[in-house]
Amino acid sequence: MSEAHLSVFRGTPSTTGGFVEFDVPVEDGMVVLDALHWIQAHEAPDLAVRWNCKAAKCGSCSAEVNGRPRLTCKTRLTDFEEGETITVEPMRAFPLIRDLVTDVSWNYEVNKRIPPFQPPADQPQESWRWQQEDIERVQEFRKCIECFLCQDVCHVLRNHETERPFIGPRFLVRSAGLEMHPIDTADRTAHLKDEGGIGYCNITKCCTEVCPEHIKITDNAIIPLKERVADKYYDPIQTVWRRLTGKREPLPMVDMPVLPGGTSASDGAATGATGATPPAGDDA
Amino acid sequence: MNDAPEEYPHDVLVIGAGGAGLRAAIEAAERGASVGLVCKSLLGKAHTVMAEGGVAAAMAHVDERDNWQVHFRDTMVGGKLLNNPRMAELHAKEAPDRVRELELWGAVFDRTRDGRILQRPFGGHTYSRLAHVGDRTGLEMIRTLQDRAVAAGIKVYMECTITHLLARPDRVKGAFGYWRTTGRTVLFPAKAIVLATGGIGRAYQVTSNSWEYSGDGQALAYLAGAELIDMEFVQFHPTGMVWPPGVRGLLVTEAVRGEGGILRNKDGERFMWKYLPEDRRNEYAATDEEATRWVDAQSAGLTTDARRPPELSTRDNVARAIYTEVREGRGSPHGGVFLDISYLPADHVRRKLPSMYDQFKELADVDITAGPMEVGPTTHYMMGGIRVDAETGATTRSGLFAAGEVAAGMHGANRLGGNSLSDLLVFGQRTGAGAAAFAAGQPDLPYVDPTAVRAAVAELVKPFRSTSAAGEGSAGGEADGNVRSEGPGEDPYRLHEELQATMGSLVGIFRTEADLDEAIRRLGDLQARWNDVKISGGRAYNPSWGLVYEIRNMLIVSEAVARSAKERRESRGAHSRIDFPDPDPAWAKQNIAARRTGETMEIMSTPLPALRDDLRQLISTDSH
Repeated sequence: MSEAHLSVFRGTPSTTGGFVEFDVPVEDGMVVLDALHWIQAHEAPDLAVRWNCKAAKCGSCSAEVNGRPRLTCKTRLTDFEEGETITVEPMRAFPLIRDLVTDVSWNYEVNKRIPPFQPPADQPQESWRWQQEDIERVQEFRKCIECFLCQDVCHVLRNHETERPFIGPRFLVRSAGLEMHPIDTADRTAHLKDEGGIGYCNITKCCTEVCPEHIKITDNAIIPLKERVADKYYDPIQTVWRRLTGKREPLPMVDMPVLPGGTSASDGAATGATGATPPAGDDA
Repeated sequence: MNDAPEEYPHDVLVIGAGGAGLRAAIEAAERGASVGLVCKSLLGKAHTVMAEGGVAAAMAHVDERDNWQVHFRDTMVGGKLLNNPRMAELHAKEAPDRVRELELWGAVFDRTRDGRILQRPFGGHTYSRLAHVGDRTGLEMIRTLQDRAVAAGIKVYMECTITHLLARPDRVKGAFGYWRTTGRTVLFPAKAIVLATGGIGRAYQVTSNSWEYSGDGQALAYLAGAELIDMEFVQFHPTGMVWPPGVRGLLVTEAVRGEGGILRNKDGERFMWKYLPEDRRNEYAATDEEATRWVDAQSAGLTTDARRPPELSTRDNVARAIYTEVREGRGSPHGGVFLDISYLPADHVRRKLPSMYDQFKELADVDITAGPMEVGPTTHYMMGGIRVDAETGATTRSGLFAAGEVAAGMHGANRLGGNSLSDLLVFGQRTGAGAAAFAAGQPDLPYVDPTAVRAAVAELVKPFRSTSAAGEGSAGGEADGNVRSEGPGEDPYRLHEELQATMGSLVGIFRTEADLDEAIRRLGDLQARWNDVKISGGRAYNPSWGLVYEIRNMLIVSEAVARSAKERRESRGAHSRIDFPDPDPAWAKQNIAARRTGETMEIMSTPLPALRDDLRQLISTDSH
């Protein structure tokens, strides 16, 4: 490939906007973000692109490339056919600021409302001992680079542009990272059920498909959280038990998905990141 | 057009939201200050997120022989004794508490077999000392601090660029800049300001640094009259990617060598044996066999009497070794050398170095569990920066503080891997406390002279080609920006390219007086051309506008690097002069400082802070 053909969205909220075509000379190993930088330096110096590290570690350069949510720093030009037009658009789930940059501030507001990490008051830090295998699941969730591609692809968020009833996959992953932390004591089930709107997720797994960190968002984070919410609010035996004992039961790691359309038990929470990718949902 | 800026007053304004800025903001807020935290990008995207290997702290979880005294000694030896010894002492003593504090705030570090925070070996550290999370330690740290800052209710101003500090001879009074998203101007009157803006890597073409690293804090401090020191010490990390060209310079974590990675040239020679400094040779393995025993013990989480492999020499030394191998014709096909970890079990490599595995697989089609990587030096870290007080982070300007990479003194002539994340935490905390205490001593917010603000506004919009385009966000050039307007004026993208070429070719790993003179001359030319820079398009999210002020900042720090490098007529740590190849004992006692005098940069040598006798003994002792 000696030249790539890009069709890049340009526009602002107050203008109609449209696609502008660029031919970009290609070097070995170039990614879409390199092509956008070339356009800035040679053709359109004011092209708005959000990026930071260009190393797939910061999650800033998210966009939709040929309709698919991707990090532009990780999308190689050689992934496309010779002569194929590469279309680059901003994430559609968020309001446009300009060109490829969207206003993702909603995510930061949602994040503020998640009950924070709460270590036990009666267990001094010097006594904390966790085994590596006990934290691998939490570490999987903490790999999240907040690119918000999972939020972008989520049809619940796409279908509710304002007054969103659902915090989205990113913040279910964050909640799961806190809930499954070996010594966290806060209970986020009420938040997940009400404000979090976890019931809106119908496990199409689109979020897992686009995650550049390969976090198994649906299987490992969302389904176990749904279990916790179900156990707490819809399980009569648990309710009676809690009343009798008067305390919160530590909730077990769930490895059996309960909802139809989910996944097999062997691919669930117990096996973690090493399991094979399940078939994708059909909803975008 | 109304250009009166929005105003957000605070007791303490922190500029920069990486590890140091976040830690400073948290500390100042916990001490009761009203804190504003400004970041050029979104929260959580700062360069700290790219730190991979770990955070150095003598917790002695893996090797019980470790303690703060050994960490202090390693830091000073690594820094060629040019460090501010009080900073190195505080850092070594306080780093363990700062790491434990992260755990208390929710960080989830990798574990030892007995369930405590695991520590890994790294170049220049005598014992396994780096607390880590695989190879994404920086992400864990920034997310933990970010969550803590959010829970503390700190006001965060995202995607906001500060272009001017408003200062009067007595003290600093506020910061001025603009929202990148709209182009509107904003003023932050503040009793105390903390600069935590990171490094200068974007002044070089081959760098591991993100676009934000344009020397903003160093330049703002310099323009406000504060002193910079040690600017000749730029760390070239030995291992960046060299191929493909699109990722040249991208960091390959030192953890690869910490986990046992072996460096070889094209002839298969393990060349680091040749480059170990004679006076430190006894700290390293004597044979391949001993190095292998050390790696086996590390992989199994056991202590060993085997000494560490030669690849774990300090960064300055390994970078020079690789550069020399390539220059002498023993490099790899793409101008680097080979780094091989593929002799270890694939599962182990993927678990300990997951993001390296992904990075090479996805960006270079190389499976690091099956074959070697190609690596070469990349501009990585600035040891020099703003002169600060070790206890409080105060600069030489009243009301102005600095912490993290933007500050100087902690690392001397060369930084050890892992000592940066700990630096951010230790001095972020101290500086937040220092700034909060200073602010508490100020009864009122300082008066900001509106004339100075108007002057800053005028300077800010000057590069726009026409008055219509200089309007608010929705001004012209929005959807048709692929048509470049003609006319006189310098293009910021070209200036940036030329600046990077100048620094890369003339102020790189090896330096000479002739090269440095030429660099200073070219930087002067670029400075003159910068005055005539012109841009087109609107104000909203216009990258060329931001670049104009970043170039101003990079030109200042580049000049300070070149002039300081010329002044130091010896080789020490990361500063290697071909015309003065040896260390000179006279220079061992001097820092080089840069200060603004009128419109020119004054370069002075200033005596190193005194070394207490008890600390001196720690360095000279070999009984560790």
